Amino acid sequence: MSASPVALPGEPAATEALAKEFGLSADEYAHALEVLGRTPTYAELGVISVMWSEHCSYKSSRVHLARLPTEGPKVVQGPGENAGAVDIGDGFCAVFKMESHNHPSYIEPYQGAATGVGGILRDVFTMGARPIASLNSLRFGRPDHPKTPHLLKGVVAGIGGYGNCIGVPTVGGEVQFDPSYDGNILVNAFTVGIAKSEELFFGTASGVGNPVIYVGARTGRDGIHGATMASAEFGEETESKLPTVQVGDPFMEKLLLEACLEIFASDCLEGVQDMGAAGLTSSSVEMASRAGTGLELDLDAIPRRTKALSPYEMLLSESQERMLMVAKAGREQEVFDACAKWDLEAAVVGHVTDTGRFVCKATPGYDPMVDPPEKAAPEVVVDLPIGLLADDAPKYDRPQKAPGVRTMTTQEMTSVSVGGASSQVDVGAELRALIGAPNVGSKRWIWRQYDHVVRDGTVVGPGEGDAAVVRAFCEEADGSILEKFLAVSVDCNGRHVFLDPLQGGAMAVAECARNIVCVGGEPLGLTDCLNFGNPEVPETMWAFAQAIDGLASACRALGVPVVSGNVSLYNETDGKPILPTPTVAIVGQLRSAEDRLGLAFDPAGAEAGHVIAHLGVPSRGALGGSEWLFAKQGRVSGEPVGIDLDAEVALQKAVLTLARGHLLASAHDVSEGGLAVCLAESCLTKGVGAQVRMPQTGGELPPEAYLFAEEPSRIVVSFAPAHKDAVRKVCEEHGVPFEVLGVVGGDALDIDGVCSVPVAELEAAHRTALDAIVGDDA
Amino acid sequence: MQIAVIQFPGSNADWDALHAARDVLGADARYVFHKETDLGSPDAVLVPGGFSYGDYLRPGAIAGYSPIVPALRAFAKKGGPILGICNGFQILTELGLLPGALTRNQHLRFECRMVHLRGEAEGAFTHGLAGQVIRVPIAHADGRYQCDAETLKALEGEGRVAFRYCDAQGNVPASPDEVDAEGLRLNPNGSLAHIAGIYDASGRVLGMMPHPERASEALLGSADGFTLFQSLAQHLETAR
Repeated sequence: MSASPVALPGEPAATEALAKEFGLSADEYAHALEVLGRTPTYAELGVISVMWSEHCSYKSSRVHLARLPTEGPKVVQGPGENAGAVDIGDGFCAVFKMESHNHPSYIEPYQGAATGVGGILRDVFTMGARPIASLNSLRFGRPDHPKTPHLLKGVVAGIGGYGNCIGVPTVGGEVQFDPSYDGNILVNAFTVGIAKSEELFFGTASGVGNPVIYVGARTGRDGIHGATMASAEFGEETESKLPTVQVGDPFMEKLLLEACLEIFASDCLEGVQDMGAAGLTSSSVEMASRAGTGLELDLDAIPRRTKALSPYEMLLSESQERMLMVAKAGREQEVFDACAKWDLEAAVVGHVTDTGRFVCKATPGYDPMVDPPEKAAPEVVVDLPIGLLADDAPKYDRPQKAPGVRTMTTQEMTSVSVGGASSQVDVGAELRALIGAPNVGSKRWIWRQYDHVVRDGTVVGPGEGDAAVVRAFCEEADGSILEKFLAVSVDCNGRHVFLDPLQGGAMAVAECARNIVCVGGEPLGLTDCLNFGNPEVPETMWAFAQAIDGLASACRALGVPVVSGNVSLYNETDGKPILPTPTVAIVGQLRSAEDRLGLAFDPAGAEAGHVIAHLGVPSRGALGGSEWLFAKQGRVSGEPVGIDLDAEVALQKAVLTLARGHLLASAHDVSEGGLAVCLAESCLTKGVGAQVRMPQTGGELPPEAYLFAEEPSRIVVSFAPAHKDAVRKVCEEHGVPFEVLGVVGGDALDIDGVCSVPVAELEAAHRTALDAIVGDDA
Repeated sequence: MQIAVIQFPGSNADWDALHAARDVLGADARYVFHKETDLGSPDAVLVPGGFSYGDYLRPGAIAGYSPIVPALRAFAKKGGPILGICNGFQILTELGLLPGALTRNQHLRFECRMVHLRGEAEGAFTHGLAGQVIRVPIAHADGRYQCDAETLKALEGEGRVAFRYCDAQGNVPASPDEVDAEGLRLNPNGSLAHIAGIYDASGRVLGMMPHPERASEALLGSADGFTLFQSLAQHLETAR
């Protein structure tokens, strides 16, 4: 128990009703009172409520996250820090994380998305890494929803506006449109950077007496209670939450990035953390918590851009582009010098203590922007135990309940969807429609707005491969440069997760890793962004827990540990949840640039007689969760397709071996739209046709079932005819089914006896897929 | 051969320029921070792309007030070769070292993709490029070249249009809206007379919106941009 801090004039007293307004339950408020032994001040209640928000405390998810595998020989830094890291050889590591900025992006798409990018970049460079590439995973409502164009345009402009300015290439991503996101879009941003493993920086406030230095943008009133807003559902009053959205300044962040990397190199810091969600409060508390220390802040010293800021506002502001550093005592000047070089403000705002408490002082009624310094006579306004705010924050194992059965057999699906006999289906017309659908067609309108080539590292860019490949310039102490090649991909298909969260979760990881091997990379580590609805709804909690188990099983099977991540709950509006969307991103590494593969059939392969083959488990024609079925029925339906992780592991090993043996000309995994779309994409990317036959199948379903099914664990490859025996042999050695489908050539995708569609038609439909939403994109 | 790469606050293609000049061309290239007042003694200067001063006010406008600028002007005056790429081009126009201005792209969006350029003028960075087609990326929101009729007449008349947007065969668009086989405008930003880059009157100061330094290795999908660096090396060799 401690003496009660001074209350500030005009601030309301903390009550259960006020606590509820701040997002605390009655039980949580009672717990806070019990631990404190007194009523908190207004500012303290603000601090407790943001630290206990779902966004900061992970209170509903922590018990489940513990089941994810986080260890492996390549792991340099696992979860718990600002970002995770995996070894990429020669003492260097790839530092990466993914974060959501869903709620702010729905309220204000440009700034919401922009600050999402800014936040994830800071998480990465806070670790001492120079960011080298970004990805994003976006979800919007149905293409014809009246808000979709506005949201899509705003989010894409915001991501580009921030990433382009700071100069980190946005090299890939994924987008899905589905009615479940009509009132709650998803914006998940991923960044990877490069650091020396022994020179990583951590968010620890160690060394009693060490100065706490505030660096970067001044504090304003933007984003107050952003973390709390992100921890609640949306309703009718959503638009009124605009002031909770932060405003970004990528130029300031560029200066901050350069200054930070210079400061880190001088080794004058004990620890550093960016002020992200819950701003000054969470950065202070988390740093002290990790170090087992305390922190005392002098709020009078906080740089500010607006008058009359109260302690409550300073503690909860989510103004962007700010860092909190703990310097080694006596070396503050080195921080100030680097900041001066980059025209940044820096101020000592406190020091590390051994009290285990978060103490803030401020002079009641004093405003440094108005009053002379001699008027300052700070008194304690916040005095809270660090433990209460961090490790001892509430943790729930919320009730779970499996929803009722909602499956139909594929036989039923096909008959429902086509209204009877299969001969009525014009597969060619269906394929043209599918390849031109927003979920399947080209996303070039989006990635043309992202600088994807800055930093001279983009080797496989957007639309060229199943994953992006970037060159990392790793600088040795003597200034010499080692070039390393990383593959990055982000994936999730919420429709498959909806039908079966356990299998669907595993499918997300498997697809992401498959994309990495399809460009010739070996998956090293994973970060996740778990987007779900209200965890207090047992069916949602069940799906969350199941998805975690699915993720965990696939990560174990594929040997890809989880090194960082983020959870975003309460993604629902008026009680309607989004599809469960556990998005995952994987960082892989190529042994050399020569191992890289694209997804396109090689036009020169037509003359050379390039062979097209299907590797992996033959289709059962299971259409569950597929884009085609959705298009036919207007809802997510069908039997879950499931995944055989042993078959997946074998397939990925085989394809990685083939890529490293330089036996392939292209590799492309079968995902949204199924085999037909996979073949069409390989054809249209470089404008060459293919003559193939229907793959062998065990059943007698109509061809559309086999061509549009999205069962996982399948990759279509092409290769020179001379390599045919070698490719077959590698597949046999790995126990992977190998089937030649046909050859590259001609100017149409010709599926024997089923359809023949000119590549030019496929290409035209593909490239105009977003036109209906965004207009002509020339 | 010494090459200075100027770093303004917000320059972000400084690495791209340094890498192409130092690691690919093999020059003794180094950064010069904008707060310096002395360039050292470089043989050429690269003004890299990015968002100097956040592009606030106008792209390139505030960079003109940096301490290094007088040295840059002096270097130009004595005939030193300067290449301004993207934001560097914008800065050179704001400094008045090149005429005209770069305004918001016609479609009002940032645009990043490969384009084809036809070389038209002989100069320090384009020896042997006249009539040749190169494939290089663009990445800009404000790349629409504009100038008054008199300036355009001078540029055309004096052979100072270094590059024009064109198709893969080198044909400049018949109309501003002409698209390629993939449905993309040949002139990606609405530039006057399809201009992608111009020289000053000396033929030694070049500004261009596309990024030759990002297309200087086959690994990056095109090495066509490297011809500008080779031309510079040849120019300096000849001038020596």
